Amino acid sequence: MIRYILKRIALLIPILLGVSILIFGVIRLAPGDPAEVMLGPTAEREDIELLREKLGLNRPIVVQYGIFLKNALQGDLGRSIKTNNPVTEELLQRFPATITLAFSSIVLALLVGFPLGMIAALKQNTVWDALSSFLALAGFSIPNFWAGLMLMLLFSIVVPILPSSGYGSWKHMVLPTVVLAIQTMAVIARMTRSSVLEIIRQDYVRTARAKGIANKLVLFRHIVRNALIPVVTIAGLYFGHSLGGVVITETIFSIPGIGRLLVDAIRSQDYPVVQGGILVFALCVGVVNLVVDVLYAFLDPRIKAQYR
Amino acid sequence: MIAVNERTVIRDKKRSQLGEVWRRLRRNKAALLGMSVIVLLFVVAVFAPLLAPYDPNRIDMKIRLQASSSAHPLGTDNFGRDILSRIIWGSRISLYVGFVAVGIGAVFGGILGAIGGFYGKRIDNVIMRLMDVLLAVPQIILAIAIVGVLGTSLTNLMVAVGISQVPRYARLVRASAMSLRGQEFVEAARAIGASDVRIILENILPNCMAPIIVQSTLGVAAAILSAASLSFLGLGIQPPTPEWGSMLSAGRQFLRSAPHLSIYPGLAIAIVVLALNVFGDGLRDSLDPKLRQ
Amino acid sequence: MNTPLLQVRNLSVVYRTFEGVLRAVNGIDLDLEAGRTLGLVGESGAGKTTTALSVMRLVPTPPGEIVSGSATFEGRDLMTLPEREMMRIRGNRISMIFQDPMTSLNPVLPVGLQISEALEAHQKLGKAEAARKAGQMLEKVQIPAQRLQEYPHEFSGGMRQRVVIAMALACNPRLIIADEPTTALDVTIQIQVLELMKELRNEFGTSMIMITHDLGVVGEVCDRVAVMYAGEIVEDGDIAQIFDQPMHPYTVGLFKCIPNIEEPASTIHPIRGMMPDPLVPMPGCCFEPRCPEATARCATERPGGALVDGRRIRCHLYADGKRAFAHGRETVSHA
Repeated sequence: MIRYILKRIALLIPILLGVSILIFGVIRLAPGDPAEVMLGPTAEREDIELLREKLGLNRPIVVQYGIFLKNALQGDLGRSIKTNNPVTEELLQRFPATITLAFSSIVLALLVGFPLGMIAALKQNTVWDALSSFLALAGFSIPNFWAGLMLMLLFSIVVPILPSSGYGSWKHMVLPTVVLAIQTMAVIARMTRSSVLEIIRQDYVRTARAKGIANKLVLFRHIVRNALIPVVTIAGLYFGHSLGGVVITETIFSIPGIGRLLVDAIRSQDYPVVQGGILVFALCVGVVNLVVDVLYAFLDPRIKAQYR
Repeated sequence: MIAVNERTVIRDKKRSQLGEVWRRLRRNKAALLGMSVIVLLFVVAVFAPLLAPYDPNRIDMKIRLQASSSAHPLGTDNFGRDILSRIIWGSRISLYVGFVAVGIGAVFGGILGAIGGFYGKRIDNVIMRLMDVLLAVPQIILAIAIVGVLGTSLTNLMVAVGISQVPRYARLVRASAMSLRGQEFVEAARAIGASDVRIILENILPNCMAPIIVQSTLGVAAAILSAASLSFLGLGIQPPTPEWGSMLSAGRQFLRSAPHLSIYPGLAIAIVVLALNVFGDGLRDSLDPKLRQ
Repeated sequence: MNTPLLQVRNLSVVYRTFEGVLRAVNGIDLDLEAGRTLGLVGESGAGKTTTALSVMRLVPTPPGEIVSGSATFEGRDLMTLPEREMMRIRGNRISMIFQDPMTSLNPVLPVGLQISEALEAHQKLGKAEAARKAGQMLEKVQIPAQRLQEYPHEFSGGMRQRVVIAMALACNPRLIIADEPTTALDVTIQIQVLELMKELRNEFGTSMIMITHDLGVVGEVCDRVAVMYAGEIVEDGDIAQIFDQPMHPYTVGLFKCIPNIEEPASTIHPIRGMMPDPLVPMPGCCFEPRCPEATARCATERPGGALVDGRRIRCHLYADGKRAFAHGRETVSHA
């Protein structure tokens, strides 16, 4: 198992390298010159040249990337143009808010999405099925920024029981968590429904029923265990992408996380921060995929056997 | 016995594939409803100048932030502009961005996927690793980064959303191309001396149209959502152009005093995206009956 | 005469599909005495599996529905038993062995657990005790007990079917329903599994319903045989009687399909045509469209069961007992 995990981590490295090359390249294509941005429109020609020299901007792009990579491996992602703070420091400072939000939302998405999908499948073609399937499709289609505003309107303005924005107490996290969870929850519910419907027709479920064991055992031991396998895969893949939603949630609810940092950095053309922020997102997606693969092997002994 | 014979006759009668798909789709009430909404939206977008009661950009500070009234069914915004008119005009932008972005994604993704799947080996490997890299960053973040670098404009927005959708089409077409590559009609085309480009265009791509169409329908929904998100963040369509995402963004400040500024544009996005998703789902089910119960 | 262990009367099962009502089982009767083995033969789609599932009350509902009939087992009618009582019978008094061992075991659970869960449910054994007993059952089917912790994918097809047999026998049931237990296996493995089943049946004194389309298997293990066609039992009697002298035209046809090693392959006579569409109700005899001896009466009137020499036959030819003896020889001479 450990060998398998190490192998998966090794596969992550080229992807991250690729992302860093891509982002580095794209940013160097940007129209504005970082030195000009840093010094503002009133700066003198020589000052700009001097700063370009200092930042290494007049060297070949490959050399620049080499330096960037070397520093990045040592945890140095450069300095923010706006605040002049090290990018790593800014990211680390903002990381807890984002990770709390992401983690609580995936937990919520699973806690609601899985039962919703189960109900739809077990009560197939009933009102309950229609209702939960519609909820799932609606959750998948509602723009999360709108959902955020509507929840804020409902729970902070009409019935003021939750704060509309800010960060600090658990109350502040409720609405953002719900907003970030909605789409993943919808995907999990849909996936669970189709997965359970497929498993329920399997021969081994019939075998289990023929044994005369309690329905609860048939459901949890035989159906749920198997139905979870595809759900975990899809949910994980999708969750990696819904992580992007934190840029929206953090902006709406004024949460000092990496998402908002990234949006602010793009608006102010603070490229080192943009670069670092995107790398952190790529890293998060990679880690989520890794966790999914490990879980997958844990749930399915056939996969586990391949890596023994 | 007569009954048996009649059944077999009906079953044996050859239906065109398209007719069969339509027959199955017609039984899916939700998909039909979704399709009607989309058609309606197209009509609204095309006839926006005729349908909109007011000029979407006419500012009248005397009537700003008004709630619904008979003169302004959905109220007015912070500049006194008619919200219904702005939503009607906004449908143009959303549809345009959605379809062009998907076009960009499908064309580039389709070509890359076809090349990778058709040639295999190293070319395939390079293309697919590139797709892995694009997939390693959440779609919306990728789009934000691209827009951030290229600058905010309608074209850049469509390019950004389009590029972020490239991998899904590349993977789809690649899978089809790989399974088609070895089949006899492709071998036959090669035997009569058709060029690779011709084989890809005439044999490979037409044969994976069905999944591409389904994916594109769902893709338009995703693209409209992404574009609206970017506009909401101020990185897409800029004011005063009537666009649903940026209308929401502007209305946000007045959530307390005039919530209708935020309610209606979001509702419009939700309805359109829901309709596209329901229709796409239905289309997939009718193209691939095996997936149905 | 032994006491009947299972007595099925007038059992009918339908599946309600989008295309209409599919009549899978059409008013069948079955009798099984304690300690005996009944063969249920017929081509695929004849309703054999549905019959078995209805005795277990495991017909998937919807779309399936048991519309009429009774199945008296140990003096109680299984069709009207509350679900709670039925659960105490399944896997305990009546077990089932399914056709495909590749799909009838849960891929994510160790085989030991899959055997012991029945023991835990019915014999109220603790986990450790149930696991020990499961190990003994594995040994009984000639698999070392230390493989309890292994997963189905670590076993070959024949071994998996033996695991399924161990599962079915775990609670020492009175009746085992085996649904084509050897069809999915290699020919050499088939014989091994069949021998094992016979051995264990004799050792445990279990009664058995053997569902198969293979008359060879029937001859090997059964005392009685019921021939099923299009949801009906067309002929039902003692194995020696039916093998010596098949009477119903369908049974006659079935025996003519068996290849004989001493004759050239061209002497196999397949029954022409196909089974009738189960969606279309048939007013007459279900075999009439394919029957070489059909008369006008066969198309319009459903034959009742005639009792000839201790066997039941649903055919107008025997309705009055007039062709009781000469018929077998007569049709053979046609060929």
